[in-house]
Amino acid sequence: MRRIISILLENEAGALSRVAGLFSARGYNIQSLTVAPTEDDTVSRMTLVTTGSERIIEQITKQLNKLVDVIKLVDLTEGPHIEREMMLIRVRAVAEQREEIKRLADIFRGRIIDVSETAFTVELTGTGNKLEAFLGALPRSSILETVRSGVSGISRGEKGLRI
Amino acid sequence: MELTGAEIFVKCLADEGVEFIFGYPGGAALHIYDAIYRQDAVKHILVRHEQGATHAADGYARATGRPGCVLVTSGPGATNTITGIATAYMDSIPLVVFTGQVPSMLIGDDAFQEVDAVGISRPCVKHNFLVKDVRELASTVKKAFYIATTGRPGPVLVDIPKDITAHRCAYDYPESVSMRSYAPVTRGHQVQIKKAVELLLSARRPIVYTGGGVILAEASGILTDLVRQLGFPCTNTLMGLGAFPGDDPLFLGMLGMHGTYEANLAMHECDVMLAVGARFDDRVTGDLNKFSPHARIIHVDVDPSSISKNVPVEIPIVGSADLVLAEMAEALRDSGREPDKEALAAWWQRIAEWRGKNSLAYNHSDTVIKPQYVIEKLYELTGGDAYITSDVGQHQMWAAQHYKFRKPRRWINSGGLGTMGFGLPAAMGVKFAFPDDQVVCVTGEASIQMCIQELSTCKQYDLPIKIVNLNNRYMGMVRQWQEFFYDRRYSHSYMDALPDFIKLAESYGHSGVRVDSPADVEGALRDALARKDDLVFLDFITDQTENVYPMIAAGKGQNEIILKPSDEPSEIDERELA
Ligand SMILES: Cc1ncc(C[n+]2csc(CCOP(=O)(O)OP(=O)(O)O)c2C)c(N)n1
Repeated sequence: MRRIISILLENEAGALSRVAGLFSARGYNIQSLTVAPTEDDTVSRMTLVTTGSERIIEQITKQLNKLVDVIKLVDLTEGPHIEREMMLIRVRAVAEQREEIKRLADIFRGRIIDVSETAFTVELTGTGNKLEAFLGALPRSSILETVRSGVSGISRGEKGLRI
Repeated sequence: MELTGAEIFVKCLADEGVEFIFGYPGGAALHIYDAIYRQDAVKHILVRHEQGATHAADGYARATGRPGCVLVTSGPGATNTITGIATAYMDSIPLVVFTGQVPSMLIGDDAFQEVDAVGISRPCVKHNFLVKDVRELASTVKKAFYIATTGRPGPVLVDIPKDITAHRCAYDYPESVSMRSYAPVTRGHQVQIKKAVELLLSARRPIVYTGGGVILAEASGILTDLVRQLGFPCTNTLMGLGAFPGDDPLFLGMLGMHGTYEANLAMHECDVMLAVGARFDDRVTGDLNKFSPHARIIHVDVDPSSISKNVPVEIPIVGSADLVLAEMAEALRDSGREPDKEALAAWWQRIAEWRGKNSLAYNHSDTVIKPQYVIEKLYELTGGDAYITSDVGQHQMWAAQHYKFRKPRRWINSGGLGTMGFGLPAAMGVKFAFPDDQVVCVTGEASIQMCIQELSTCKQYDLPIKIVNLNNRYMGMVRQWQEFFYDRRYSHSYMDALPDFIKLAESYGHSGVRVDSPADVEGALRDALARKDDLVFLDFITDQTENVYPMIAAGKGQNEIILKPSDEPSEIDERELA
């Protein structure tokens, strides 16, 4: 089961390594992990994508809650939520490919943010599936470089993760 | 008035009520040592190895319930504490360990005696801190003690760079702490407690299974009352011994790998299990697939992550054992109901049959000392009231089996990590706390050599500990596994080139007595215990071939228990599982 866990943690040196250390020490899986400051500079927000059985996920949330630096967390996948990931991708684009790639980027609502004589850089935001679909639609040999931000997520509606 | 960081540090300890700090000096800690020299509120105990300091502080904490305190220098001083910190972590013992660190501006430069103490200790502490500003020193010390002692207790490490101990600021020790990210739950959920009482009242084959958490929460009294009120059988884990009186007829003895036949079978056959402050460790459960197949489980624990970790639980109750058990007892009284007397009588009847196997019995001998006999005599001569520390191995199991602890905090051993070398320094910590009580370290000739240097500390501070060395010339527990599971290939388990322990004890300024005849055991123990002012090292030359029984081999089910050398695992009958 794939889960997106969102965590508010004290913006302290070492907080990130406590979370990462917990996952490696207990053999839990991390698919992606992002962390950045919030509007309150004493707090960071982390989004962690993991997989595991019901029992493992329960242990993961309990173990995370046990870390002294963790203020609060929520398993976003338990309720309605929005998930987004950003990808930057440089593709070879020469001659007639240039039109083709522009068209594909449009279909996926990507934006071309840098252009050179032989390549485009496309910025694309969406769920992981959408990003993968875009990659799949491109001719394999045209992909020069990709970088993904990792997943961030937020719950829908009134209820949110707040202190 | 402004004080230096070092002075602030020492004042914090005094204000925190720290009696003893166990430590060892070195460059990065020298400002602090100078401040210690200039005061007398906190007594510093100089050990002979930093591992000894952590175990001594740990022993002090286990015996008193107050946090143990350690001070060491950076680099090797810090790394030497790791075994002791991990030992405390596994058994949830409150410890605050202060490590010196190289000056702030050198951190990260591979400076002399620099190690990343926060990084190295991270997986085996409850929390740790690096102090970055002298103005944060006092509040960090306060937080360290708060975190170490509340919720599920554990070790906390505070790393203090040398420059911080020289910087100055005003002293202000906070009276209390509140942390938005740390708020342990203490009171159990009312509805869950009611449900639990209902389930207990419906039980036909109940058992109460309790661990170290009951001792940590000072819940022994209330546990004992509740169990007696219900008339249920009770078993304790290795860490939980003494929480329920070991000589009470309701007590089934220890459970688990070397637990009694009746405790393990009652666990296997029970229909309702009340688990309190125990964590379903693999040494207790054996094969999880065969664990207590009929049991509906209530689990009380202060740490939510302990619940349903290994075994699914029907009624989880997060809370401190003392509060939850008190509320349970109250709810039980309010209900005005009693457990099913008839079912309980039938259940006790079956337990009596299991008890009849006398699973802790051993063959006596007139010619060679049986290790169990030494423990039995020790128990008799101390009235079950001594503080017993132990190391790790067969001697530890025999002590746990044959010394019937009647009170909590009397049995001091490394259960979770199984750290050889723990016993002697732990005994020192206990003796500092209770100078007038009898403190005995039960050990083996292999374990005792792992922290033997602390005999020197015992001399310096006049600690009249009694050391009971069950000397079988083998790493007995290793030899036992090799006998059972490796076709008697005794690879590197023979303790060759042993020192003369008598001379060794004497060279440290203590007395030593060798005992090699069963007839002399009682007299030797009696004499040693009577010598109030002397550390006596009793070297009992014991039967080399003795094994610890009963035994459930690793990964086997609770009911696949070996009782005697000739025994095949005895399957129990599955009758009357109504
Ligand atoms: C530091 C450490 N190293 C290794 C072990 C593995 N070990 C467990 S019991 C044991 C043998 C202990 O021998 P001894 O102290 O003589 O006790 P006995 O079993 O003979 O009573 C060993 C090596 C351990 N528990 N701790």
